[in-house]
Parts: sequence; structure tokens; C-alpha cells
Amino acid sequence: MSKQNTAKKAYLSKTLDPFFESAAQLASFGWRSVREAVYPPFEFQETFRQCYIIGVNSLPLVGFTGLILGLVLVLQSQPTLVEFGAGSYLPAMSSISIIREVGPLVTALICAGKIGSGISAEIGSMKVTEQIDAMEVSGTNPFKFLVATRIMACMLMVPILCIYADLLALMGAFLGSNINGTVNFSFFFNRVFEALHFTDIFPSFIKTFIFGFAIGLVGCTKGYNSQNGTEGVGMSANESVVVSMLSVIVIDMVVTQISGMLGYI
Amino acid sequence: MEKTTTFTVPDKPVNITNEQVIVVEHLRKSFGEKVVLNDFNLIVEKGESMVVMGKSGIGKTVLIKCIIGLLKPDGGSLKVFGKDISTLSRRDLDLLRLNIGFVFQSSALYDSMSIRQNLEFPLRRQKIKPVKGDIDKLVRESLKSVGLENTIDLMPSELSGGMRKRIGIARSLILKPEIVLYDEPTTGLDPITSKEIINLIMELQHQSNTTSIIITHDVGLAKEASNHIVFVMDGIAYLQGTYDEVVKTKDPRVKPFFE
Repeated sequence: MSKQNTAKKAYLSKTLDPFFESAAQLASFGWRSVREAVYPPFEFQETFRQCYIIGVNSLPLVGFTGLILGLVLVLQSQPTLVEFGAGSYLPAMSSISIIREVGPLVTALICAGKIGSGISAEIGSMKVTEQIDAMEVSGTNPFKFLVATRIMACMLMVPILCIYADLLALMGAFLGSNINGTVNFSFFFNRVFEALHFTDIFPSFIKTFIFGFAIGLVGCTKGYNSQNGTEGVGMSANESVVVSMLSVIVIDMVVTQISGMLGYI
Repeated sequence: MEKTTTFTVPDKPVNITNEQVIVVEHLRKSFGEKVVLNDFNLIVEKGESMVVMGKSGIGKTVLIKCIIGLLKPDGGSLKVFGKDISTLSRRDLDLLRLNIGFVFQSSALYDSMSIRQNLEFPLRRQKIKPVKGDIDKLVRESLKSVGLENTIDLMPSELSGGMRKRIGIARSLILKPEIVLYDEPTTGLDPITSKEIINLIMELQHQSNTTSIIITHDVGLAKEASNHIVFVMDGIAYLQGTYDEVVKTKDPRVKPFFE
């Protein structure tokens, strides 16, 4: 019996230890990055450079996905709504779905894949080729220069990318509902803006900052702790995508619950 | 002063003073269960060119990474220019590092930057003690000193291994440090390029009279560049002496290294 208990404890420890280690590492990185970001000297130039790389380079993918998302959402829901005689609710329904949930979530998941893996791979390869050490001996704080700037850039750019994706998704929704040539542009968007309220937009916008922070933090943490050469870099990029996607989904759930408790739903 | 008959190299630096620039006492460093340095003692005097040899994984790189503050020792004391590395603040450590150059084994050039930007990086990043003068001129002079002026606008991926090493050396020396730490500068290079790098190191040492610690397995480099050889084994400075003394040792654990 005691042998069984020991084996169970060992199994639990083996399973849970990496999870708690990873969580502690993320918390420590998060705290340090906030400290490095708020204390001078500030790395404005590098932050803007990262904003450009993260933001501008993601525009085509995020935009195209948003457009298709809106289009498909409307094409899928239109027949059901029409069947129940609620076809006129299509603009309101699609806009609320897009702004509140689908737009931010899908954009954050795309960013987790594209930006998170990119950050992790870049920092990871710098780590294993001693470029981070070289930076440190050159009198540069690599944590401030590489980590804090990328997390800040993610926090600034993910919300902007979400807004961009939302707008294109609404355009996609209009195109979808207009495929049969029955809905006028101004009519569609009047109905959209009538349906949307501050309580729909605000929690969703706040959520995107947290998504950005999580994506940047996970990407940087995994990259900075890369080990074992190029294989390790690949593994960190992979882990970064998995952990940041999971984080986005968990954050989404938590923020939605909190929004509900505060009366924003 | 010995000179090779096979290829010409500048004289070894001779301006060694009794001023101790690096003093390592009872240094200990472990990684998990593995003890790498255990009660390691070393004194490096100003102007000295010390070669550190030993088997792979014995702790040579760990030693120089402790000296520059990239790794924190578990115990003992490590003083550079009289300052204990482990007690320095971030700012004081950065200030101290202005006087120490580090040539990485992998060259560690920044992939995403051109050669110009790689060399400008240490100059532009000096917030504590901003570099005065024309940065472009300094970069060009530095490239000229390693014979690679034409590579200024190339990317590191466009260079050969030997050229990358040279640029790595140029970047480490651009702030004119008093101490230079070389981590296996000739590893992975063909014999001709290795000799070029050895000549370059000797030439630069001769010009600027820096204090050097050179980590290497290359007996040729040890012979040409050293005033003093330290053989690391079992986490300690197992054997010390001039090249001629060390090469004549009858110690069965060291002798095969020079055969």
C-alpha cells in the first residue's frame, strides 16, 4: 500500500512539477518585465521597431482571416435566422458576436501562433548562439532590450490588430449578407451600430491588452529559457504556441466571467 | 622570447607588471549535482597573456563567464581591478565590463544586424559612459585592424567562419578594453585561418598591450600567445607554468594533451 502511495506521489510530482515550474517562471518573467518596462532607461526605439515588426507584418493574415470569419459567420447563421423569421437581426447578431468574442479570440489565437512563435524562436536562437550574452557584456540589459520591448509591443499591437480584424470581419459579414444583393451598406452598418453598446466594446478591448501581454510574455519566457541548441529552439517555439493559445482561451473565459459579474454582459 | 620558424608572429607582450588585475580565490561553481569549479585559484597580472587549457567540459568557459559576471559563482571570491564581481550593482558591473572584452566561441554576432550595426552596437549602447567621437570612424578603424573593411555593409550570414571570428574580435576590442577574454578563438577553423587568427590576436595584443585570458585546446595558439599556461582539471588550476615548463611535464594526465 505504501509502495503504491509512493509511486502515486512520484507520478503526481513528475506530472505537476513542470507545470508549476513553468507557471513560476512565467510569473517571475512577468513581474521582471513590468519592472524593466517602467524604470528608465526606456527602449523606445526598439519598442517602436518591434511594434512595426509585430503589427505591420501581421496585418495581411489577420485582415484576411477577419474578412473570411465575418463572411462565414453570416453565411452559416443566415438560413437559420431566416427560417425563424429573424433575418433582420443578422447585422446585430453578427456584429455582437464579432466584437464581443469571435474577433478578439481568433485574432489573439492567430497572434499566438504567428507572433508568439516568432518571438520565441528569435530570442531562443539568440540565446543558444550566445548573442544574449554578447549583448549583456556590451553593457546592454538584454531583459530590457529584448523582453520588455517585445511584451510592450505585443500589448500595443494585439489590440490594434483586433480592431482591424473586427472591422474587416464586419465588412465580411456585410458581404455575406449581401451575397444575394438584398442588403444595403448603410442599412447594414446602421443596424450594426444600433446593436453595439459601450458594454460590448469595452470588456472586449481590455481583454485584447491582456491577450497581448500573455502572448508576448509566453513567447519571451520560452525563448529566453531555450536550451540544447537548435532542437531546443524548435521545442520552445512549439511550447510557446501551445501555452500562449491555452492562456488566451483561459484569459477569455476569466474575463468573460468577470465582465458578467460586473454587469457588462 | 620564442619565435616560430614556420610563420611570423609579432612578439609576445612583455609589459607585464605586478599589478594584479584578476584575482580568483577559492572559486566554486556547480550546475545541479555537477561540480565544475571547486576551490579554483588564479592570479592574472596586467599585460599578461594567459592561456587556459583542459579537456572539454572541464569548466574553462565557466571560469571566464564568472570573470565577466555572466555566471554567478557559488562561493569564493573573484576580483577584477580590485572589485568583487559578485557584490557589484548592475550599473557598476556594466561600468566594469567597459574594460573587459569577450570574444565568444561562436562569435555571437547579431544575426539581424549588419556588420556595421554589430560594431556600432557596443558604442551606441553605452549609456553610463557615452562614447565620444565619430562612431563611423571608430567602426571603420576597428574593421581595418582586423583586415575586413570591405565587409561593413554585409550581414553575418554572408561571412565565412574565420571572418566572423575576426569581426567578433573587432567588436570586442572596439571599446578598447584593458582585459580581453577569448573563448576558443581558433576552434572549428582550418589550420591556415587558425594561424591568421593567432597572428591577429598577437598583433592586437602587441598594439594595445591588453591583458588576455585565452581558452583554447589549440597547442599552437598556446605556444605562440601565452606567457603563462594554466591547465584546468578536477575543478582546480591543476598545473601552471610557462609553455616550455608545461609541455615538459611528466604528469600522465596532462602529457597526452601536448603529444
